[in-house]
Amino acid sequence: MTALQEKPKAVAPSGPPPRRRGKRATALAGTDKLVLAIMLGIPTIVHLLFVWIPTLGSIALSFSRWNGIGGFEDIEWIGVENYVEIFTEYPRFWPAVQHNLIWLAFLLVVPTCAGLLLAVLLDRELRFSRIYQSALYMPMVLSLALIGFIWQLIYTPDGGLLNSVLGLDKPVDWIGDSDINLYAVLVAAAWRHTGYIMLLYLAGLKGVDPSLKEAAALDGASATQTFFRVTFPVMKPVNIVVAVVTVIEALRAFDIVYVINKGRNGLELLSVLVTDNIIGEASRIGRGSAVAVILLTISLGVIIPYLYQTFSKENRT
Amino acid sequence: MTATLERPSAPVVSKKRTITPARAALHAFLILTCLMTLAPLLWAVYASLRTYEDTSVNGYFSVAKSLTLANFAKAWEIGDLPHFYLNTFLITVPALVLTLLLSSMVAFGVSRFSFKLNLVLLMIFTAGNLLPQQVIVTPLWRLYRLIEVPEWISASGSLIDSQLGVILIHIAFQSGFCTFVLSNYMKTIPYELTEAARVDGASVFRQYWQLTLPLCRPVLAALATLEFTWIYNDFLWALVLIQDGDKMPVTSALQNLKGTFFTDNNLIAAGSLLVALPTLVVFFVLQRQFVGGLTLGSTKG
Amino acid sequence: MVRYTPGSSPLPHFGRRAMLRIMLAGAGVAATGGLAACGGGSSSGGDSKVVTFGNNLSDQVPKDAITAALKGFDAQSGGYSVTINTKQHEQYQEQINNYLQGKPDDVLAWFAGYRMRFFADQGLTGDLSDLWGKIGGNYSDALKQASTGSDKKQYFVPFIQYPWGMFYRKSVWQERGYTVPKTLDELVAVSTKMKADGLIPIAFAQKQGWPGMGTFDQLNFRINGYQFHVDLLAGKENWQDKKVKDVFDTWKRLLPFHQENALGREWQEAAQALQQKKAGMYLLGSFVGQQFPDADKDDLDFFPFPEINPEHGTDTVEAPIDGYMMAKKPANKDGALKLLEYLASPEPQLAYLKADPNSIATNTKADTSGYSALQKKSAEVIKSAKHITQFLDRDTDPGFASEAATNGLIAFIKNPDDIDSVLKGMADQAKNIFK
Repeated sequence: MTALQEKPKAVAPSGPPPRRRGKRATALAGTDKLVLAIMLGIPTIVHLLFVWIPTLGSIALSFSRWNGIGGFEDIEWIGVENYVEIFTEYPRFWPAVQHNLIWLAFLLVVPTCAGLLLAVLLDRELRFSRIYQSALYMPMVLSLALIGFIWQLIYTPDGGLLNSVLGLDKPVDWIGDSDINLYAVLVAAAWRHTGYIMLLYLAGLKGVDPSLKEAAALDGASATQTFFRVTFPVMKPVNIVVAVVTVIEALRAFDIVYVINKGRNGLELLSVLVTDNIIGEASRIGRGSAVAVILLTISLGVIIPYLYQTFSKENRT
Repeated sequence: MTATLERPSAPVVSKKRTITPARAALHAFLILTCLMTLAPLLWAVYASLRTYEDTSVNGYFSVAKSLTLANFAKAWEIGDLPHFYLNTFLITVPALVLTLLLSSMVAFGVSRFSFKLNLVLLMIFTAGNLLPQQVIVTPLWRLYRLIEVPEWISASGSLIDSQLGVILIHIAFQSGFCTFVLSNYMKTIPYELTEAARVDGASVFRQYWQLTLPLCRPVLAALATLEFTWIYNDFLWALVLIQDGDKMPVTSALQNLKGTFFTDNNLIAAGSLLVALPTLVVFFVLQRQFVGGLTLGSTKG
Repeated sequence: MVRYTPGSSPLPHFGRRAMLRIMLAGAGVAATGGLAACGGGSSSGGDSKVVTFGNNLSDQVPKDAITAALKGFDAQSGGYSVTINTKQHEQYQEQINNYLQGKPDDVLAWFAGYRMRFFADQGLTGDLSDLWGKIGGNYSDALKQASTGSDKKQYFVPFIQYPWGMFYRKSVWQERGYTVPKTLDELVAVSTKMKADGLIPIAFAQKQGWPGMGTFDQLNFRINGYQFHVDLLAGKENWQDKKVKDVFDTWKRLLPFHQENALGREWQEAAQALQQKKAGMYLLGSFVGQQFPDADKDDLDFFPFPEINPEHGTDTVEAPIDGYMMAKKPANKDGALKLLEYLASPEPQLAYLKADPNSIATNTKADTSGYSALQKKSAEVIKSAKHITQFLDRDTDPGFASEAATNGLIAFIKNPDDIDSVLKGMADQAKNIFK
């Protein structure tokens, strides 16, 4: 047996529970234990202090009325009033929820399909494949704020590229018309997201065992059949990652609408409502925090199953 | 997971390939798609090369009277870009280095040793990375105001309005993702290696610093590329935490070009491209690492 | 295969030390740090002669102008010198709340009226009553009023001022034979004529959320008078009042003459439509001139928004005042007061206007002989006004302006037939805010 607590390479699913092995930690030399504690402790403190404690703070503040001025003694605690107001009165809330959902649906459908298609097309011996890939995922490295700037050059009603190319008699107000501006912005967001999805699927496709495909081909399956019956199901882990990445991206969406018109007039998003309420000239910290908590709850609805999926598998291997 | 990194960078070109109509159609489709993808950027480049006098009279959708780099020079000067690039690098580089350092320590701990909170710790980090940033803004700002730091670090005497504050939140936030990826990678390193070192009497720190980290170089390179882009592109944290206009990173300073009092879209286009330049350079030079980084988190298991 | 060389570490060696420092700072246990902070630190301890100046004029023309204006201070202040901290104009306003509570500059830019009172009332800015004892003679009563908080103390020093009105290009009007409208009907008539001539009668932009507030203001005080306007914005009148509905009905009548797609356009683009002779008029502040090249500046003129209700005529002018406040606890109070006193004098105001001739000085002793024709007219219009308003977002609660008013106006422009539900929404939120 080893004195150190090195993790054995493979632990059987029914292996000893961590608690029992934990006892043997005494086997580590004193200094090593201390070093290890510091190595784990410092990052954990930083992470907890600046990410999780503020998160808890937001939850607490969501039950308050506070204009952000003065100390904590100025905070008035009002229970769930903020939530009631948000759900019943706040005129921008439900539109924001709707826009976030549209955002999510759009990102789940368009960039995912486009990314998957491009990945499938590029996952073969193909001349210039790398050049194509580079071009397709280049938008990834640009910030969303910058993308907001660049796409406004395309969308401006007077003299923008799109209206000029379309050459309509009556220019379309891509950014100002609240019936279409969300989709106009979504195209810009999808423009950036597609390359990412393509890359994830490319990696996934390369990881698929070629013998599976060969076996399917021998059974007389067409290429399409092989893809949907063999390849796609095997890529389940990638599909999950794509789903999580997309959901988080959709919930976090902020920079691009904020740069374009501060998230007003058809571009309201939950993240914008949080920002508007907590920073800005007249803060309503309580209401902003309550929207943040709603956003948090939705996010956790995705994060927790994902963690469960990822780490329960880990325990088994 | 490591497979993606070690895979040959380009498929071996087979010589006997012939051009079939299907192939030609595929290429045509891909070329078209790429052009459409690049169109917005190319359009910005085109606009940036034209003068205000030209576009204000002829509109943007016209053949340029002349092309000039003057907008770039003007944006560089008016936007005081060198100064803001420096600000950005003062934030990005320390944040990047420390994020990698701290998360590699956690990853090392959770992947090489077993203890009670092993998995819990990893889950906290992973989940933290996925939180929407706005959720933590207000309490974070208050917390920063309470934390005193010496004035040589921050003139405000607290973490507010200091580059250190922005660096810290980047570290705290980004270490989630890096820990997750690094721990996955470290699990694939045969544990016999560290065991041999341990038998030789190597300390825990030596096992981490001299043994494990060097082996993680490919994944560290990939993460560094990726994190550079993410931290560089940050918009929200500086907006919320920095009050002194002179300390803003370059992405936020871009707003200065889009001043309330004179809009010159050609100038903004030139400024935008200049701001994007470092990430584009990193992207072209370190493309392989970048791709590796993006796919790291996904292909495990 | 395994490399043990320490040099192969991808991380620089300063990492550990820096990390330790951050940990100490981060955990708040840097006792020495805390002490150093109290003692003023070593690096910046000796320069109590520096006055910091929070500037929101981020664009080139006004930024150069304010820099020029401050130049004179260093010379005549007896050893003080100014450090300018410039922040993007709109970002500055968004952050003002945190800024005032965090680490504000000694002297900082702000706007007169309700918007100043909001922060003064909460004790976030310094009392300037003593200073006003010295500089009061420079200003008219209206300006003093606009600088006074709810507690009758002064918290603000006016710097420059500019009127809102209908701006147009003289050459275009001459060429086409348009005459300045005196009444609403005449405005409609000239607009109709412009439309027939292929011009956009009234340039319009509302993407930034605030320019359209100017239109509301003009219509409201022309129709309902100054007092109703001020009371409405202070939450003392009901937004569902018939009088308010009249305003929106009138606006609806004028909307067909406004530039289309306003919600996707920024005011700068609308101003350029005027400058490029595509539009006939533009209702905006005189800063519209900043979008005009020097050669075209002399061609720019304006007239006050025409009379609608004879009872009120054109007795009210919207003329926002930009100026400066002092931090609650300035690091350098002496210097801050000196700087504010300096800003209240004619020299810096004229120095500013030389570089940005789109406003006028607030100091009544400032020499106006160097003014352009447009500036002379601005000064005259403001002087002859019976009432002066600031601007919707400066005359009401910031929360109401940024949320209810902005989104209400957008909703109206989007769907002008839906006035009742827009006004109901605004009324509900007003009730919530002005409890």
